[in-house]
Amino acid sequence: MKHLVVIGAGMASGRVLEHLFETEPGAYRVTLFNAEPRGNYNRIMLSPVLSGEKSYAEIVTHDDDWYAQHNVTCRFGERVVHIDRAAKVVRGENGDVAYDKLLIATGSAPFIIPVEGHKLPGVCAYRDLDDTETMIEACAQNAKAVVIGGGLLGLEAAAGLRLRGMDVTVLHLMGHLMERQLDPAAGYLLRKDLERRGITVLTEASTKSIHGTDHVEAVELADGTVLPADLVVMAVGIRPEVTVAKMAEIDTGRGILVNAQMQTSDPDILAVGECVEFDGQLFGLVAPLYDQAKIVAASLLGEDAAFVPKELSTKLKVTGCDLFSAGDFADGEGRDDIVFRDPARGVYKRLVLEGNRLKGAVFYGDTADSNWFFGLIKDGTDIADMRETLIFGPAFQGGAPEDPLSAVAALPRDAEICGCNGVCKGQIEDAIAAGATDLGAVRAVTKASGSCGTCTGLVEQVLSVTLGDAFQMPAAQSICACTDLTHEDVRRMIKGQELKSMEAVWQECGWKTSCGCHICRPALNFYLLADWPLDYRDDPQSRFINERKHANIQKDGTFSVVPRMWGGITNAAELRAIADAADKYNVPTVKVTGGQRIDLLGVRGEDLPAIWADLNRAGMVSGHAYSKGLRTVKTCVGTDHCRFGTQDSTGLGIKLEKALWGSWTPHKVKLAVSGCPRNCAEATCKDVGVVCVDSGYEIGVGGAAGMDLKEIEPLAKATTEQEAIDITIAFVQLYREHARYLDRSYKFIAKVGIDWVRERVIDDLDERAALIARFELSQTIYRTDPWAAHVDEQAETYHPLANLTLEAAE
Amino acid sequence: MSNWIDIAALTAIPQRGARVVKTAHGCVAVFRTAEDQVFALNNACPHKAGPLAEGIVHGKAVTCPLHNWVISLETGMVQGADQGQVTTYPARVEDGRILLDATFLRTRAVA
Ligand SMILES: Cc1cc2nc3c(=O)[nH]c(=O)nc-3n(C[C@H](O)[C@H](O)[C@H](O)COP(=O)(O)OP(=O)(O)OC[C@H]3O[C@@H](n4cnc5c(N)ncnc54)[C@H](O)[C@@H]3O)c2cc1C
Ligand code: SF4
Ligand code: FES
Repeated sequence: MKHLVVIGAGMASGRVLEHLFETEPGAYRVTLFNAEPRGNYNRIMLSPVLSGEKSYAEIVTHDDDWYAQHNVTCRFGERVVHIDRAAKVVRGENGDVAYDKLLIATGSAPFIIPVEGHKLPGVCAYRDLDDTETMIEACAQNAKAVVIGGGLLGLEAAAGLRLRGMDVTVLHLMGHLMERQLDPAAGYLLRKDLERRGITVLTEASTKSIHGTDHVEAVELADGTVLPADLVVMAVGIRPEVTVAKMAEIDTGRGILVNAQMQTSDPDILAVGECVEFDGQLFGLVAPLYDQAKIVAASLLGEDAAFVPKELSTKLKVTGCDLFSAGDFADGEGRDDIVFRDPARGVYKRLVLEGNRLKGAVFYGDTADSNWFFGLIKDGTDIADMRETLIFGPAFQGGAPEDPLSAVAALPRDAEICGCNGVCKGQIEDAIAAGATDLGAVRAVTKASGSCGTCTGLVEQVLSVTLGDAFQMPAAQSICACTDLTHEDVRRMIKGQELKSMEAVWQECGWKTSCGCHICRPALNFYLLADWPLDYRDDPQSRFINERKHANIQKDGTFSVVPRMWGGITNAAELRAIADAADKYNVPTVKVTGGQRIDLLGVRGEDLPAIWADLNRAGMVSGHAYSKGLRTVKTCVGTDHCRFGTQDSTGLGIKLEKALWGSWTPHKVKLAVSGCPRNCAEATCKDVGVVCVDSGYEIGVGGAAGMDLKEIEPLAKATTEQEAIDITIAFVQLYREHARYLDRSYKFIAKVGIDWVRERVIDDLDERAALIARFELSQTIYRTDPWAAHVDEQAETYHPLANLTLEAAE
Repeated sequence: MSNWIDIAALTAIPQRGARVVKTAHGCVAVFRTAEDQVFALNNACPHKAGPLAEGIVHGKAVTCPLHNWVISLETGMVQGADQGQVTTYPARVEDGRILLDATFLRTRAVA
């Protein structure tokens, strides 16, 4: 078997290997070098990783299993330092490998402006996972970031950092942002959009030097302005990485020169990706690289194929910024413009025509029809007949109704849907005809939407048009039908843009309904009160009935009432009060619950304030048995009575309950404390479970015994009772701040990983203290007995508005 | 012929909320929207008779508190995939007071 050596495990070479193994698995055995200490991943998804929308694991495109399965020898973390073309040997840092064919796929190197101070720690580029991690580590509330470069990458970096709470300034040398893709008008709208998110934009800003002694401290501009900075990101451009090629005396211009078969000046050496130059062109987006990858695979298998560069389009992957640009929109002789503006909606569209052909298009704010326009540009379609209505898009050509799907339905089979992967509508239709009935399947077969993901909606629309009712547009991603944003998006907007009221969220996040619905409103209500306890006022009308009326609704419309019994301890007086209440209000069922309390079932709605008043008088408060909040803290008898007990488990349970009660959480929270590993309180299936041992307290989190049965995951060992309480509170606050509404703690942990939790709650004592402080602040508002408040102020609302029974009987 | 009777002040119901009016033939739920419109519907969901007055009000609809059926306040029609209809009654606001039509309320059990 012949040996193929590949230098660089990036987006281009990953695609080459896929094509190669798919077409002829036995043709080559492969050795893959990568300077980064990892294999192929989806580099263009680093922005979602930066903003926190995705984890690194989610963007890996080829894992260890895949390499093993295809017999790829991986030399990750090893740079290739030389190529000996005469001997056909590649020299890695750890030794030589001989090749039959060699593929250079070294990508490009970020350009660093060599101003004074550019080597200081805290200055980074935006190219790989390490850069991304450097940026994430620098993120702290109100820390200052300066991003140099207002192009695609710089803006994605700026938006991501802003969402993580950084104070971000973008410096751009030119007069408007993304000047290579946008005209000034669209650049202006983009700038406004970014400023609305709290990002400062300085144009015509030239960086003079970077200040700092052992870490960056500030950026100085040519005009003398000094901007304080804790992080400086340089995103000013890239250069093809041609170092090894040059050393081996392969022909290079700006990049490695290749022919249409992707061969370099040495026919046994091919090159692909951002490192190549073809016909005077360089490539900085994945779409052409994927085309090149197909050609490389064909060339390696001795097939005929030739690379033909295509028109490119650009989209910005910043949630909420709809921006599209394609073709050439420079002014010129014989060129006409058609411009459409809607200032109220922030929409701008510009078409550049030359004769009867569309040459370029820029859209801001409404990009729904961009693929159709892109098709006209690529195909050079004669648009003479539709010139008058062209700007309104495909729905207006030929009087078709304005159905959102009509634009997609109108696309011809060869219209491109996924730009990154060059997948056209016909391929998707074929995949659907062959049995792919959902997004995942279409993606697996055609790769459409598998790279940058901005075309996901379009692919779904093609599915919908093709399958009709048989396809359910997935709403799972967004919170509900009122918005396209996910829970995570909205939480970040609430924090990042300091949205402090429901109206602010609806407005800023573009809610599609006037006042939300029963799905999003309870979630928003929780997010707002969790993030802004002092500023936000709880909205009872956005709570489910159980929380609005502080009692559990039962199937016949009656309610159940559960008074709190701290740590499961009660006394004769309380029991007597409960018994009296049961008599007085004709409570049909009295039950001991699984959380060691007493449930009075079947109370009439109108009687709630009265029964609460009676129980309050006996010293009892609401048990929140109805709430997405702290429910019970179950305990065993511990050292007081049990011969095995190692610590005062009951006492600790009571302390925990008194610290946590009244707090609202994404879902219900249950705790338990057992006095020894015999675990009589069943602590190992609770959201937080403490098991006392001779040496202290073992704390686990993420247990559940509901629809899913989950054992806790060990979080930490505490030596003192106070430490156990601190860790518990910090964990609950972390869950409050980061979980999706209605995710139990185990789901939250499954998403972020127990290590991430441990880093914040256990390893970082400052963070633990800050979490506790934020929890306590919130508790100053919410650690109150809702029963007492309603008895005092709202008892009347529990009664009928009017009683017409007498009148009707007249 | 309508026979409007004064039930209560509009402010007795919170915006995006509801209260019930007891009648000889069961409860009527009176809803107030965010725009201060009022609607009166039978207080029983067509699914399993859930008390609609306890649901979450959004736009001109209410979500039943028991199993989340969504019901139009204007027509009483169940929205979406589920089916059924709740009886609606004339209701209006005048000078900040909620008025219901007594004739309709009286005939409801008969109808
Ligand atoms: C944050 C970010 C967002 C982007 N977003 C988009 C987008 O939305 N749409 C789009 O089309 N494009 C986007 N791009 C551009 C796209 O990622 C690149 O065009 C593409 O990754 C280039 O692929 P490549 O295989 O040529 O190089 P790369 O993916 O850069 O891979 C090259 C690899 O070679 C390794 N290497 C270099 N020299 C050596 C050596 N001597 N020995 C061993 N290994 C070596 C490098 O470490 C690197 O891992 C984005 C880029 C970034 C950084
Ligand atoms: S858990 Fe241990 S200490 Fe607690 S009651 Fe059971 S045996 Fe006793
Ligand atoms: S009773 Fe209303 S949804 Fe079931």
